[in-house]
Amino acid sequence: MTGAAVETRGLRRAFGALVAVAGLDLTVRRGEVFGLLGPNGSGKTTTIRMLCGLLAPSAGTATVVGHDVVREPEAVKRAIGYMSQKFGLYDDLTVAENLDFYASVYGLRGAARAARVAELLDGLGLAARAGQLAGTLSGGWKQRLALACATAHRPRLLFLDEPTAGVDPAARRRFWAAIRALAAEGTTVLVTTHYMDEAARCDRLAFMARGALIAVGTSAEITAQFGLPTVEDVFVHLQETEAVGA
Amino acid sequence: MSVASGPLARLRASAFWPMLRKEFVQMRRDRLTLGMMVVLPALQLALFGYAIRTEVRHLPTVVLDESRTQQSRALVEALAESGTFDVTRAAASRADVAAAIGAGEARAAIVVPPDYARALKRGRPARVQVLVDAAEPSGSSAAIAAAAQVGAAHGAELAAERAGRPAAWTLDVRVRPWYNPGLRSAVYIAPGLVGVLLSLTMLLIMSMAIVRERERGTLEQLIVTPIGKGSLMLGKVAPFVVVGYVQMSVVLLLGRLLFGVPARGSLPLLYALTFGFILANLGLGLLVSTLARTQAQAMQVGFFFLLPNILLSGFMFPREAMPAAARWVGLALPLTYYLRVLRGVLLRGVGLASLWREAVVLLVFAVAILAVSVRRFSKTLD
Repeated sequence: MTGAAVETRGLRRAFGALVAVAGLDLTVRRGEVFGLLGPNGSGKTTTIRMLCGLLAPSAGTATVVGHDVVREPEAVKRAIGYMSQKFGLYDDLTVAENLDFYASVYGLRGAARAARVAELLDGLGLAARAGQLAGTLSGGWKQRLALACATAHRPRLLFLDEPTAGVDPAARRRFWAAIRALAAEGTTVLVTTHYMDEAARCDRLAFMARGALIAVGTSAEITAQFGLPTVEDVFVHLQETEAVGA
Repeated sequence: MSVASGPLARLRASAFWPMLRKEFVQMRRDRLTLGMMVVLPALQLALFGYAIRTEVRHLPTVVLDESRTQQSRALVEALAESGTFDVTRAAASRADVAAAIGAGEARAAIVVPPDYARALKRGRPARVQVLVDAAEPSGSSAAIAAAAQVGAAHGAELAAERAGRPAAWTLDVRVRPWYNPGLRSAVYIAPGLVGVLLSLTMLLIMSMAIVRERERGTLEQLIVTPIGKGSLMLGKVAPFVVVGYVQMSVVLLLGRLLFGVPARGSLPLLYALTFGFILANLGLGLLVSTLARTQAQAMQVGFFFLLPNILLSGFMFPREAMPAAARWVGLALPLTYYLRVLRGVLLRGVGLASLWREAVVLLVFAVAILAVSVRRFSKTLD
């Protein structure tokens, strides 16, 4: 159980002529909540998708919880949980049915599955809505259900791609409480976000722009590196230089 | 997990079962699929059964009766009673007949020569002309067949009246339709419709189910799990096998009630042989889903497949009449073989002894197509 949760070397992905991720060297330590920041189109989602085995890298290597994403994609998939930007669960299944489905796809059977599903429903306050169709949930509840499904198998590493986009502040706060609780249990979390208050809740941050890593460190280290007062100033600064450079 | 090591335990632990259960729950809530199962077959059957008729009836017909005898009137009546010819008026002359057909006023003409009754009396061959507008081939061949039949029947009646005196009749019977004496196309088409319908809906429903998951983003969530490709795909395939059997039963039942389509052979055999055909078409749907990015594209490919299935399989047109190239293409369609199974079991009442080749070909199709599509399916977003 030693080594980094995520380790990439020269990770690159091109879509035709467009280079989405250009030689990324990234290390995420075990047990930390790691924030990946950057303007739209900077390559955050492509990076996460490569780490989950959803996209094949064009070049470079990536190791996720000790498994190579190209050679052992299924071992990676057993160890990780993933929440995409877009709600990816079944609108025409109920909350409990979605949860039960994902718990069983992750290999939970019988009493163990029933216990885990009940635990997740209670833990995330979903029990009262267990019989509601997922498609009729509001944004905040959908996102909690997605988190429950992504953590059904107690993954060691959780990828969250803009998990709180379009969710109200109260729901975001509850969501982050759940994230910190998972981190306290030892789950590593890699999260992308646009919200600076969320960035402040991460243990370490990385800034991406045009497919490359610009800065990595705690928020204090990053603001010091750019000589700007807040992480938000760094973000805006990067976005402006991005606009000029484009 | 440590206990689950035997093949049976592995099967029980397979993600195929949750996938299967999820699909059935979703299907129960999806009115479109339910509608496709029952309404689509009923509509298609009505369309093909009632609207499309390959047998031609009620051709507008003019009559030039130069004999003007009781015998000639009896013959014209017999022809009119066949239902193929509708006598609209009497023609004044041969020129009038030619003009009526040329102008499209009539599709057929019956010309009885002046010596018709005299020839009958003397036991000489009596010649009657039935002129048919052959611009539309199926209509004309039906008319020719009907004329020949009526001629023979009428001739035999006359011969019976004059029993004892042998007569040489010029009109001989060339068409003697078996299995479907009335040449009713509904009886011929309804069994085939089971095949056409299955090949269209199985392919469409399957490819769209997977492409829909991709469009909605649910496939992305599913393929980051350790679910195996085989479990994922077979879990989606299996419920549609049930849909296929329901559709088939609807067509057979309605075909029986509305058109009197018979089931002369063993229905269990037919259902068993249908399994390979359904699987082959679901496999094609899977294959399409690996190529199409949107549901609209999947739909287009589905209809692209529909045309050769209707034209080249022998559903509408006999394969024997096709040029070699078209026959070869038809051999590559699972429907071609399945049609033989359908007509064999339903109309001819034959068993496995006559149909085992088709059964083998259908199974080979199914296994090969499924294998290729599972191979092609990738658990990535590329």
